[in-house]
Amino acid sequence: MDSLSLLGDGLASAISPENLLYAAIGVLLGTFVGVLPGIGPAMAVALLLPVTAGLEATQAFIMFAGIYYGGMYGGSTTSILLNTPGESASVMTAIEGNKMAKKGRAAQALATAAVGSFIAGTLGTLGVVFFAPALASIAVDIGAPSYFAIALMSVVLVTAVLGASKLRGFIALFLGLTIGLVGLDLNTGQPRLDLGMTQLADPLNVVVVAVGIFALGEALWVAAHLRRTPLQITPVGQPFLGRDDWRRSWGPWLRGTALGFPFGAIPAGGAETPTFLSYIAEKKLTKHPEEFGHGAIEGVAGPEAANNASAAGTLVPLLALGLPVTATASIMLAAFRSYGIVPGPQLMDEQPDLVWTLLASLLIGNTLLLIINLPLAPAWARLLRIPRPQLYAGILFFATLGAYATNVDPFDILLLLVFGLLGLAMRRFGIPVLPLILGVILGPLMEMKLREALTISDGSPSALVSEPLAVVVYVFIVLAVAGPPLVRRLRGGGSDRNTPEREKELV
Amino acid sequence: MIPDLSRRTFLAGALGLGAAAAASGCGVTRGEDNRDLSMWIPNSPGGGYDQTGRAAVGVMEADDVTGGSFEVTNILGAGGSVALTRLMGASGDEHTLMTMGLGVVGSAYSFGLPFKVTDATPIAQLIEDQEGVLVPADSPYETIDDLVAAWKASPRSVAIGGGSSPGGPDHLFPMQLASTVGVSPSDVLYVPYDGGGPLTTALLGNKIQVGFSGLGEFEGQLKSGDLRALAVSGEERLDGLVADVPTLTEAGIDLTFANWRGVLAPPDISDERRGELVAYLQEMHDSQQWQEALVTNGWTDKFITGDEYGQFLEEQDQRVATTLEEVGLL
Repeated sequence: MDSLSLLGDGLASAISPENLLYAAIGVLLGTFVGVLPGIGPAMAVALLLPVTAGLEATQAFIMFAGIYYGGMYGGSTTSILLNTPGESASVMTAIEGNKMAKKGRAAQALATAAVGSFIAGTLGTLGVVFFAPALASIAVDIGAPSYFAIALMSVVLVTAVLGASKLRGFIALFLGLTIGLVGLDLNTGQPRLDLGMTQLADPLNVVVVAVGIFALGEALWVAAHLRRTPLQITPVGQPFLGRDDWRRSWGPWLRGTALGFPFGAIPAGGAETPTFLSYIAEKKLTKHPEEFGHGAIEGVAGPEAANNASAAGTLVPLLALGLPVTATASIMLAAFRSYGIVPGPQLMDEQPDLVWTLLASLLIGNTLLLIINLPLAPAWARLLRIPRPQLYAGILFFATLGAYATNVDPFDILLLLVFGLLGLAMRRFGIPVLPLILGVILGPLMEMKLREALTISDGSPSALVSEPLAVVVYVFIVLAVAGPPLVRRLRGGGSDRNTPEREKELV
Repeated sequence: MIPDLSRRTFLAGALGLGAAAAASGCGVTRGEDNRDLSMWIPNSPGGGYDQTGRAAVGVMEADDVTGGSFEVTNILGAGGSVALTRLMGASGDEHTLMTMGLGVVGSAYSFGLPFKVTDATPIAQLIEDQEGVLVPADSPYETIDDLVAAWKASPRSVAIGGGSSPGGPDHLFPMQLASTVGVSPSDVLYVPYDGGGPLTTALLGNKIQVGFSGLGEFEGQLKSGDLRALAVSGEERLDGLVADVPTLTEAGIDLTFANWRGVLAPPDISDERRGELVAYLQEMHDSQQWQEALVTNGWTDKFITGDEYGQFLEEQDQRVATTLEEVGLL
């Protein structure tokens, strides 16, 4: 294997005590910055990029890789502990992860996230090593019709997470889709739901919406009940993954990786869709469906792996085509350029040693993340032992700071408050928050791709089935919708065995 | 797409770290003799305005042109309309400058602002940037004439794309080109992509037939031959990789178009202060360092100041309004 020996050379040149120290510093810095709410990996990398200035290329890459993985992991940490995701791709992690933390299993949630990130990051990087050129040429053939089909499939699958009351679930989903409409119409520039305010001319920041609904909504809910409910001390529980946790995590780790990598590798795939698909898949496949919604470890392991695999996958278009498809990738591109690397079709031929060093650095950064953060998981988890009033005051403080810091505009704090109140109201009336967030993420994606496909075809709907992948996805949608009832009818049994189970999910 | 860096600023992170909490109180307690200045940037770090604005500030700080310090703030949102709105609100503030350009002119219309860029105080135009017409390697269009012929014959079978939303440079350029060659802009099938990356993908995958954009981001693909440039939009050809690509005028199309960037100050500042600000930029422009920055970034030098710049803004504003009206967006 030619690639393998080249990677070996890259590793050999990258591993030295000094370089490992840079990697360790990078991981720690990245984690600490990534832990701040409102700061996702893209921000963490952008902020800390100047730290790598003045280093030679290899050392800078290694530190950079550490910061990157550290930033990603930091974002998951806040999702799990404080219910405040730092970026849209770690929203799914918050759903089950925070529930686990409340049950005293924060350390396990953090550990499964760390190991899952490590496995997905490593497999993803190896995927880049072996498949980058081949994948890149396939990836550009996937166009708007296929993306639309995938987004549509995701919306159809949302019904699986609507919860016990379909009516409440649909209310949440449509609220989310409506929130997703805010902003200027993509093609005509017509303002939609902007209430005459320029601040609402851009689509709402998913992170502000999620932090408002998750963190603020919950803090208000807790505050409203603080006097009436007895003080609960969050149990601390076992420090590390138990045997059962391992057994339940490895499947989601691998499936999440398999889902995430292709989405990263095809440009404009987006990192949110695979985390969401992974969550759905795990919910369908799990042997413990009753735990979903109450802290199922699969629901953390899968989306976390998908998130990291997709991040590794974005290196495919970045290195092979010079296309930055995510915010983080654009920052990486800027960093590469400052070292004279011009990503693009010629990169692999012209500067192979730099590419291999970079990939080797990513593997090293990823490994160090695991080594450093796994032992820290119980320490992070202890954060939750802070008494509730102080803990929630802290969450409110950081959530507000994060929302304000993204644009230094007081308007965003107002927005955060509005969504916090919405989150409170939703908890009060038992409306699930998950479909709402998915609506906010998927709605604009679906619209953008539909309109792109239809603009190109001058309005002819046949364009929607003009790509083979799109057709395959539509067939899958039909099977998923029509299949189960059909099978039930063929079996002759009219009763839905899932019903009693589902009832329990009602919040 | 979903939240990208455009909603975040470097300042944001600094605030997140608690390191620059004081920065939010800027511009409140300045004395008369204060020589410090704020430079507002209407898009995210790394974007076009950001590069130009920060380069200019860098030169002015290095040469100590103003005798004070600079604070650069990214004010994001609505294609520059949020920053422009704040600039209008800072009426009379003599310690603030804002980097802007053609995109901000268009965004004031797209977002229906009750004022135009010409209502602010014009200081100077700094640079311009040509646009190019790009096709995939195996495109049937060998020259810009082939494209124009096909476009005129059947406008609704040529899908084009650009990296700007309606009102931005990559949208205005093809619309003006269409109008010039006799294709009705309202017939043009324009797909707005989220920047150069997704636009390249669409071109490489033959999803759209033609791309309109600044050429800087396409260097890799032009070099490898995966994309070809049919024409450039400026008055003269560019150097380097695309030296043999003709201008539109050479190809017999009576259109020149350039994306440009410049600097504005808030409305209602004193003439004396305006003179000083113009002088700062003049000194910056004349420095060796700025000339080097132009070369590094591939920008064309285009420096006009004061009233002359004001006139240019009026003319650009008119041109944008006409184009958007033709497209049916106004």
